[in-house]
Amino acid sequence: MRNYVARQLVQLVVVIIGISILSFGILHVIGDPVLLLLPQNAGREEFERYRKLLGLDQPIYVQYWKFFSNAIQGDFGKSWYADTPAFRLVLERMPPTIYLTFAGLGVAMLIALPLGILSALKRHSVVDTLCTAVAVAGQAMPIFWLGIMLIIIFAVQLKALPASGYGTWQHFLMPAFCLGAFLAPITMRLVRSGVIEVMNMEYIKTARAKGVGERMVVAKHALRNACIPVITVLGIQFGQLLGGAIITETVFAWPGVATLTVESIRNQDFPVVQCAVVLLALVIVSVNLVVDLVVGFIDPRIRVGA
Amino acid sequence: MKVASADGEVALKEVAAESSAPTAAQVSLRRLWRLKWGLAAAAILLLIVGAAALAPWVSPHDPLQVNIRHRLAPPAWMEGGAAAHPLGTDQVGRDLLARMIYGGRASLVIGVSAVVLSATVGVLLGLGGGYFGGRADWLIMTLINVMLTFPFVLLALAVIAVLGPSLPNMIIVLGIADWPFYARVIRAETLSIREREFITAGRALGMSHLRIIFRQILPNLMSAIVVIATLQVARVIILESFLSFLGLGIQPPTPAWGNMLGEGRIYMLNSWWIAAFPGLAIFVTTLTINLMGNALRDWLDPHMNL
Repeated sequence: MRNYVARQLVQLVVVIIGISILSFGILHVIGDPVLLLLPQNAGREEFERYRKLLGLDQPIYVQYWKFFSNAIQGDFGKSWYADTPAFRLVLERMPPTIYLTFAGLGVAMLIALPLGILSALKRHSVVDTLCTAVAVAGQAMPIFWLGIMLIIIFAVQLKALPASGYGTWQHFLMPAFCLGAFLAPITMRLVRSGVIEVMNMEYIKTARAKGVGERMVVAKHALRNACIPVITVLGIQFGQLLGGAIITETVFAWPGVATLTVESIRNQDFPVVQCAVVLLALVIVSVNLVVDLVVGFIDPRIRVGA
Repeated sequence: MKVASADGEVALKEVAAESSAPTAAQVSLRRLWRLKWGLAAAAILLLIVGAAALAPWVSPHDPLQVNIRHRLAPPAWMEGGAAAHPLGTDQVGRDLLARMIYGGRASLVIGVSAVVLSATVGVLLGLGGGYFGGRADWLIMTLINVMLTFPFVLLALAVIAVLGPSLPNMIIVLGIADWPFYARVIRAETLSIREREFITAGRALGMSHLRIIFRQILPNLMSAIVVIATLQVARVIILESFLSFLGLGIQPPTPAWGNMLGEGRIYMLNSWWIAAFPGLAIFVTTLTINLMGNALRDWLDPHMNL
């Protein structure tokens, strides 16, 4: 187990360094911060002065090191737009994103778990076919369109729910459903294949042979073991889930990190964009790590292999 | 005992075959019937692609022609709708059907080009990593992990923000953000093919590494590549539409499903059709592509695990 944890931690460090290079590179290698910062009619001297001021005249690895060492201490520079530290701006917007993500995850589980298990146990039945059809349609659904359709139906036509914003539980309903609908199809299919795989295992046959009732076989033997692939999948899907949260936030004007990121992109406020990108990636990496550790703890085969 | 039962089975099969051997025509008909959904989807998709390609000839109006007197006209079947504008008009009186027909062009061109780009990059890296192993493989795997950790949407947003939105930039960004999906599958497949006997035989015969990779391994992976690429076109189209929806993709007045949906959002209080129809177009397109991809997978290799 100790070896396994060490291996996961090394991988974590490598991925974090990779992410920092990526987010540094997006601004400094692909683009030129000074060009983005100064008005187009600024003079050549003005450009040079700013380049020096921002330390952009130094070699790229020096700049990167400065970025990295500051970022580790939570210093991503000041927002070019709001004159507050980018880190604080992003951190303030984190809770709504996290709440939305968990609400979406909850909705997705409520839909995916029962339907996935049901269609696995009743393979090739009408229920199974129906579930698969809904899942295929759900996967093709652009959720920003789904969100707008929900707003048109429930907020504009029926006037039952607030169209956008944040605060009460009613504000949660549409965004959470939207995000849940984004995650549910793929999760349902994975739960289904996970349960099918487990049901074909020898120990299920053994349990049946012992005369254990079908209900007990499913509840005690199959579902417990099917948990492993489901937890792993949830970990892998977490990045996807946050991606979906980004889309959902922009549709419902949810005051989270994603809305802030899009606003900052529109304002060309790159320290905030960088900070948001790095922090979101960090959240994903940590969740992945926790999932890997939990799965490794539950299933010894995983931590020995690989 | 085993032999006897196997013999018995063979004999039974022979009897069955003699009594009602399906003709070749019946077999291929049955195969086609299993692909019915894929074929139906392909037909609809062909219609959409055809309409977009032949837009100047099939479109009822000029997609940029403004007509303030007929602005916000509802679809023809609603009260106040006109037969001249079957799906109604937008906020400046442009015909919605015409804009939808033209709008497909951007999505389809970007979708296909980005997929060609990402498939090329992903397949090359996957082949290289899987075949050569060692440090190159480690580097590629790490890169894949970093890229998959990053929410695809966030990455695309950040890069577009720096590069600025334009058609070539969108293709590059979406193409580059998408390659890890191919690399991961191709690498895993290459790893297993590498151990097969015909590769050892090839080496023994003195074939070069490049020849083995491109003449012996790659042909074995073609069906996997085709299936992933098909499914990825749908993903890229959704992402492109989302960027355009946020105003970071195809710029108005050029019609694209995404930016039409974004503009329609402002008018959804009174004129739902401006947002509803372009989104429906995205949905139907991605749904048909997914159905086609699934059918393609079943047809090429039902055991493919994608």
